[in-house]
This record gives sequence, C-alpha cells and structure tokens, in this order.
Amino acid sequence: MQRRVTFDNRLLPYLLLAPQVTVTLVFFIWPAANAIWQSVHLQDAFGIRSEFVWFENFTHVLSDPNYLDTLKVTVVFSIAVTVLAMGVALLLAVLADSKIKGARAYKTLLIWPYALAPAVAAVLWMFIFNPDIGSFGQALRALGYDWDYRLNGGQALVMVIMAASWKQVSYNFIFFLAGLQAIPRSVMEAASIDGAGPMRRFWTITFPLLSPTTFFLLVVDMVYAFFETFGTIHALTQGGPGKATETLIFRVYQDGVVNNDLGGSSAQSVILMVIVIALTAVQFRFVERKVHYA
Amino acid sequence: MATVEIRNVRKSYGPVEAIKGIDIAIQDGEFLVLLGPSGCGKSTLLRMVAGLEGITGGQIAIGGRVVNDLDPKDRDIAMVFQNYALYPHMTVFDNMAYGLKIRGIPKAEIRARVDKAANILELGRFLDRRPSQLSGGQRQRVAMGRAIVREPAAFLFDEPLSNLDAKLRTQMRVEIKRLQDRLGITSLYVTHDQVEAMTLADRILVMNHGVAEQIGTPLEVYQRPASLFVAGFIGSPPMNVLDGRIDDHGEVVLVPGGQRLPLPQPRPTDAGRPIKLGIRPEHLAVAAEGFSIEVELVEALGADTVVYGRLPDSETLLVRMAGIPTVRERDRLTVTPQDGALHLFDAVTGRRVE
Repeated sequence: MQRRVTFDNRLLPYLLLAPQVTVTLVFFIWPAANAIWQSVHLQDAFGIRSEFVWFENFTHVLSDPNYLDTLKVTVVFSIAVTVLAMGVALLLAVLADSKIKGARAYKTLLIWPYALAPAVAAVLWMFIFNPDIGSFGQALRALGYDWDYRLNGGQALVMVIMAASWKQVSYNFIFFLAGLQAIPRSVMEAASIDGAGPMRRFWTITFPLLSPTTFFLLVVDMVYAFFETFGTIHALTQGGPGKATETLIFRVYQDGVVNNDLGGSSAQSVILMVIVIALTAVQFRFVERKVHYA
Repeated sequence: MATVEIRNVRKSYGPVEAIKGIDIAIQDGEFLVLLGPSGCGKSTLLRMVAGLEGITGGQIAIGGRVVNDLDPKDRDIAMVFQNYALYPHMTVFDNMAYGLKIRGIPKAEIRARVDKAANILELGRFLDRRPSQLSGGQRQRVAMGRAIVREPAAFLFDEPLSNLDAKLRTQMRVEIKRLQDRLGITSLYVTHDQVEAMTLADRILVMNHGVAEQIGTPLEVYQRPASLFVAGFIGSPPMNVLDGRIDDHGEVVLVPGGQRLPLPQPRPTDAGRPIKLGIRPEHLAVAAEGFSIEVELVEALGADTVVYGRLPDSETLLVRMAGIPTVRERDRLTVTPQDGALHLFDAVTGRRVE
C-alpha cells in the first residue's frame, strides 16, 4: 500500500525539508567538497596562495611508512572496539532480558554512559587508570605490575580501546535489548519443547533472529570506531606514546590543524572517507545476505 | 503414546490461586479438551503439563513418570501454539526437522519422517519455503507437522485454531480430528470454543476460575450439565434459567407467572425447596398450554430460528425452532418444555440437583 500526502501549497514540502537539507549541506556536503578540493592543492605556510598539484598529496601520504603504521593501528583499534562493544552489549542485553532482580535499575544504569561526552568519559578513565593518581592504576602498580600507559604503547592502545568500547556498549545494548524483546516468547518455548538447551537456543534461534540488529550495529560501530573516537583518544593519550594510539582520524587532525599541512590532511580525509564507504558497501553486499529480516 | 495424570494440581501467583486443585487421568490415546472462558486457568494448566510453568502443588505424570521437575525437553511432549511459534528464519523442512536434529536422529530418518508428515499434511510443495511465505492455514499445518514428526508421548494444543478465519477453522478442526484418530496419540487441547470442544473431544474438562466444573463426554456435558456455569457455557443459544420453587408435594416446579411444570419423578424430600430451573431453547415447543411469551426478536439462521420471548414477569425466554420463522415480532406464543427436559440446579451453589 502506498501512502501519498498531498500539500495544498507547493512550497510547503520544500520548506519542511529545508532545515535537514541545510544541516546536511553546511556540515557534511560543504566540508566534504572542501576536503576534496583541498586534497588536490598545495597551500603555502601562510595560507595565502594555493597551487593545483593533481594527486601529489595522495602519493605523498600513501608512500609515508608512518601513515601505514597509523592504518595498522586503526585496523586493530576498529576491529577491537567493534567486537568488544558488540560482544559485551549482547551479553548484557541477554542477561537483562532474562528475569533478574532489579532489571529496570540495571537497564537504566547501562544506558547512562551513552549520555557522557567523549572527553568527559576519557577524563573518567584517566582518573581510574592514571598510574599516579588513578585508583586502579595505583593498585596495578602496588601489585608489582609495571602499568604506565603514558610510556607503554601497547597498554595505551588497550586503554583507548576499552574506553571507546565502553562508550558504545550503551548504544548497542539498547538496540540488542529491543531486538531480543521483539522475539516472540512462544518461539523460544517451542524451541525448548523441541529439546534445545539455553546455549543451543541462543545460537540457533536468538542469534539468527537478531541478525538485522547485529548488522545495523556492525555498520554503526565501525563508523563510530573510525570517526567518533577522536575525542576519547585526544583526551586520553593524544595519539601517544609515540604514535601508538594514533588512528587515521586523529592523524587528520594532527597533520591538518596542528602541523598545518592542509593538503596532506585533506588527502587523508578523502582516503578515510573512501575506506569507510568501501567497508560499508562490502558489509551490505556480503554480510547482509546472511541477514534474516522477519 | 502414554497416559497423562494430573493429580490435585495447583498453581499460585503470589497470593492469587489460579488453579485450585485439578484431578484427571487421561487415558492412552484419549483426546481431552480443556474448555473454559479466558482467564479460567486452562492455558496455565496446559503449560504446566508442558513444563513452561512451574507446578505449585500436586503432581503431573506422563506415561507413569512424574515430570514435575523435568525440563520441557525431557517430557517427551510436543506443543502447537496459538500463534504457531514457527522459527521464522528456517524453511518448513528445517522447522519440522529442528527437534529431530537436536535429538541426534540420523539424517536419512529425519528426511523420511518429515516427508511422511508433509505428505499427511499436504505440505510437500512448501518444504523449501519460509513461514513468511505461507498462508495462515499452511503455517498452522507446519506447526502440526513439527509436533507429528517428533512422535511424542502426548500432543498439547493451545488454542491452535483461534487465529484462523471461520471457514479455515472448520476445515482444520476436521483435519485435527482425522489426524488424531489416525495417530492415536494422547492429546490435550485448550479452547474457549464449545463447537471445537464438542466435535473434537473424547472427554471435556470444563474449567472456571481454576476449578474443574465438570469432566465428561461431550454429550454428558450437554445433556447433564453439572452446574449452572456449564449449562450456560455449553449450548448455543445458551440455556434459559428461571427462578423456581418445588411445590409442597414435591411433584411440580412453580415458576413466577404461575406456571406449574411437572417433574419427571416426584421428589418429596425437596418439597418447598427454591431452585434454579434450566430449559434449553431447543427443548421448548409451541403447545396449547405453558409459558405465554410475547415475541421480541426473531433471528432467522436458515436451518433454524431463534425466538427471543418476553415472559409476563419480564424475564427473557429463548426458543429455538426448526426451519424458517413462522412467527413475527409482537406475536403471542405459548411454549412448553419437552418431557424430561428440565434441569434443576441448587439456587445457592448452582450445582445440579439430580
């Protein structure tokens, strides 16, 4: 059935669309176009002249071994954040969906971290894990473990992964919980009468029926890991120590804003955009096939 | 195949007692229908047999084995749900094969059993389809197929036909009856539809407020309702109930308006007792003497006609006549019950007076 809404005034539909279109134009299309324009230009240090240089910025970026290291960090970081955030959220959602005491309070508490600004969340993590003033950091050192994410790149990476995942767990949790509650109870009962234990019920019934939710979250979480973790990394480690926690998005900021290489930074943004578009396309092409929409 | 015994089974939700002690032994191969209005506890009782609800008190035994503490999967039962509860992401074949795969039955035998069930239910063409590609009636049959292939000790049906339209419901009702006759598997069937109960059951358990009002064959329940509740629930249109009193000689029932209805047998011990008198609309016939009614409404159903009459003391009396209407609204009629068609109930407890 097709629904058609008719407007008496021909201008009204455009007027109603205008705010959304304006926001998209100003905050997405215009900067993206700007990035593409700048990525093929070279600007002098004072920003007075710029010169068209074809793809020189791109060849420069892609032949930089440091850039490839950043790419590696980003891959590890994104996969870890996506897997961790989704895995933990799914586990918590399954627990919250079963009958437990205080389920309401538990659900509310789980949603709170999502309301925190990334920088605030990062400061929170710093207070816990800082080796000098953080409670957990101090405890680790008291136990004789050499904990200092300011010096140890591996530890720093683990910490930003945990902080970034923790922020996203809330979001995933809400969606997984809604997905679980949409599964009819009688289907689970039928499975238990058919002889399936809890684990088998989960893997053969629940998980396949959750697949639309899982797929949606996979795309969202990946985009989150690539773009929206900037604040967390910036507040926690500034990409350090060395470049151990420098992801692509952080490097775009670092090279463009801090090091004033607008051309190179724009080329990186364009590459980043292409990577995310390609990954999303791949997910839709190959993963979505296995998704069951009821 | 097995017997199912329900011994003084109770169910409480906190202080609320939903089932207040039900006792029945269902024989091997018997078709028992649990009948009652919504909220009477019939579905809860079925779910307790399935193992989906805990048992607060009493015992349930399937095939002589007490199953109170067994998981649903260990009770060797199969259940057909009201909303079918098919696995939406699996094909019809996989839906039916799921329980068999879990039980580790060899592939070839699974294939054979599913094919056989699909044959019986005429689902052969749909084995590769998903439930969303099937009609309501086909989904219902897949749900039945999933139960059949398991070859369980007992079938449990939870209002399996109430999501179907009227025509399909009749058709499936006949199929279920035929299937159960053929397979001979002990069945418990929950419904609020008296026609399903009357046509399917070997015995009916009529439930109300968590209590068994009557257990009996469909005709026993119709001919000798054990309580006013059963009398009103079975039969369509429902039984007429009038306030009455047995006269001082114990020979006739006096009803308001001065009617005197002779009792089949005199009951001197009940002389003077106030009573509720039940007369089925189909047992009233036009006669020279009897209840004088003014016709208020005539419902022509084709094969028969229901007349809504008003007694002088303003109570309503329903009369069911064969064939097309011969009376009109505002006509005056005199009707009288056929011999032996009086049901007497205690005025206070509502139990049948024999």
